[in-house]
Amino acid sequence: MASNNSIKKTLTVAFALCIVCSVVVSTAAVVLRPKQQENQELDRKTNILQVAELYEAGTKVNEQFAEAITARVVNLKTGEYAEDKNPETFNQFEAAKDPAQSRTLSGAQDLAGIGRRENYATVYLVGDPENPDKIILPVRGQGLWSLMSGYLALKGDGNTVVGLSFYDQGETPGLGGEVDNPDWKALWDGKKIYPENEMDPAIRLVKGGVGPQTPDAEHKVDALSGATLTSNGVTNLLQFWLSDAGFAEYLARFRDTTQGA
Amino acid sequence: MAAYTPKGVLTTPIFKNNPIALQILGICSALAVTNSMGTSLVMGLAVIAVTAFSSFFVSLIRSQIPSSIRIIVQMTIIASLVIVVDQVLKAYAYEISKSLSVFVGLIITNCIVMGRAEAFAMQNGPVISFLDGVGNGLGYAVMLLVVGFFRELFGSGSVFGYTVLAPVNEGGWYVTNGLLLLPPSAFFVIGLIIWGLRSLNPEQIEENEFKITTNTKVKEAV
Repeated sequence: MASNNSIKKTLTVAFALCIVCSVVVSTAAVVLRPKQQENQELDRKTNILQVAELYEAGTKVNEQFAEAITARVVNLKTGEYAEDKNPETFNQFEAAKDPAQSRTLSGAQDLAGIGRRENYATVYLVGDPENPDKIILPVRGQGLWSLMSGYLALKGDGNTVVGLSFYDQGETPGLGGEVDNPDWKALWDGKKIYPENEMDPAIRLVKGGVGPQTPDAEHKVDALSGATLTSNGVTNLLQFWLSDAGFAEYLARFRDTTQGA
Repeated sequence: MAAYTPKGVLTTPIFKNNPIALQILGICSALAVTNSMGTSLVMGLAVIAVTAFSSFFVSLIRSQIPSSIRIIVQMTIIASLVIVVDQVLKAYAYEISKSLSVFVGLIITNCIVMGRAEAFAMQNGPVISFLDGVGNGLGYAVMLLVVGFFRELFGSGSVFGYTVLAPVNEGGWYVTNGLLLLPPSAFFVIGLIIWGLRSLNPEQIEENEFKITTNTKVKEAV
């Protein structure tokens, strides 16, 4: 065994092992990637259906998705639909990394902590695309540990919340991870984002609970206990994505059409 | 060195020398993933695969491993296998891999895997090491399933997701015990199992390391 302990042998074994292991690991990652992406896509669609309260267990997610939901690409600056972008192929998360298709956010602008914001985003509409029953917006932002990505579903007035759901987050299980708790998610139903005649989002999480007596209760949701930073993250990401930097321009058109203002 | 028989290394870790119940290894993940039987089963299978193959590969190259870096070599092999298992789960059992979240990755730190590689595979041939890994993984999996059974049955009233005791919040009669869905409850269940196993096999009871003597200084205790 003594020969095994020479420096040469030690280095050779370490090097050979590293090569073999890295080949094994990267092969597994590369071979399984398409299958994993398919799963993630399915999971994302399931999430959209769930947040829109359309999900029925046991049905084929892809079929249900194709039937109930229309995807559209929105120009975030003008709030118009970008007809030249195909929602099937356009990937806003890829676009956010591309300097040509996104812009840098700095300092106070970057409320959600995402660094770059894409110029176009994909929204999902339930029902008639011209006059939708529900509008589902992708939102994301920094929590305590992780980037939280999710969907916010609104009613056709572009103001009343149907639900908020995160499909990807890495917050502390049991504390910040409770953003996945169905009881907490149920609190969002019926909340209003904007005060009347304004397009400045008022919705936020507050400590200490929200009762019917709370002033402005329709804009407030109970924060997560023991997860102040995650709660702040949720508030910030909603404030960001619903402000002028996010979907405010786009949502304004629904308020115009439905309220006649 | 005592001769190991294939049957022996496969079966003794299940009850006689269970890694969780006797050696008290791998408790962390046993607490975390046993709130339902589905996740327990997948976690058990993942650990069986990792222990078996890591023991096999470590044993295969055991005469080449320099003793100064042997722990690192074992860890590298284990870590690579765990990543492969994690990737496979993400591709073929996405839902479960989501609910297991970090715990698949944490198999790397599971003392059972490392313990078998260091204690058994470094001294024995590849085939018997492989079986030893399977056996210890099985011991772990069986324990997880037993704990998972009690936690899921009394915590959510179901077994493998099928409702057995109709819970109250779904219109049934059974008031679910929320404590059993939380990780600490696995301590109670594992503790009771260890008590049961040691009552059946008294040779598993350890000698007291020291004896508590009676208090002789009565006055100072006041």
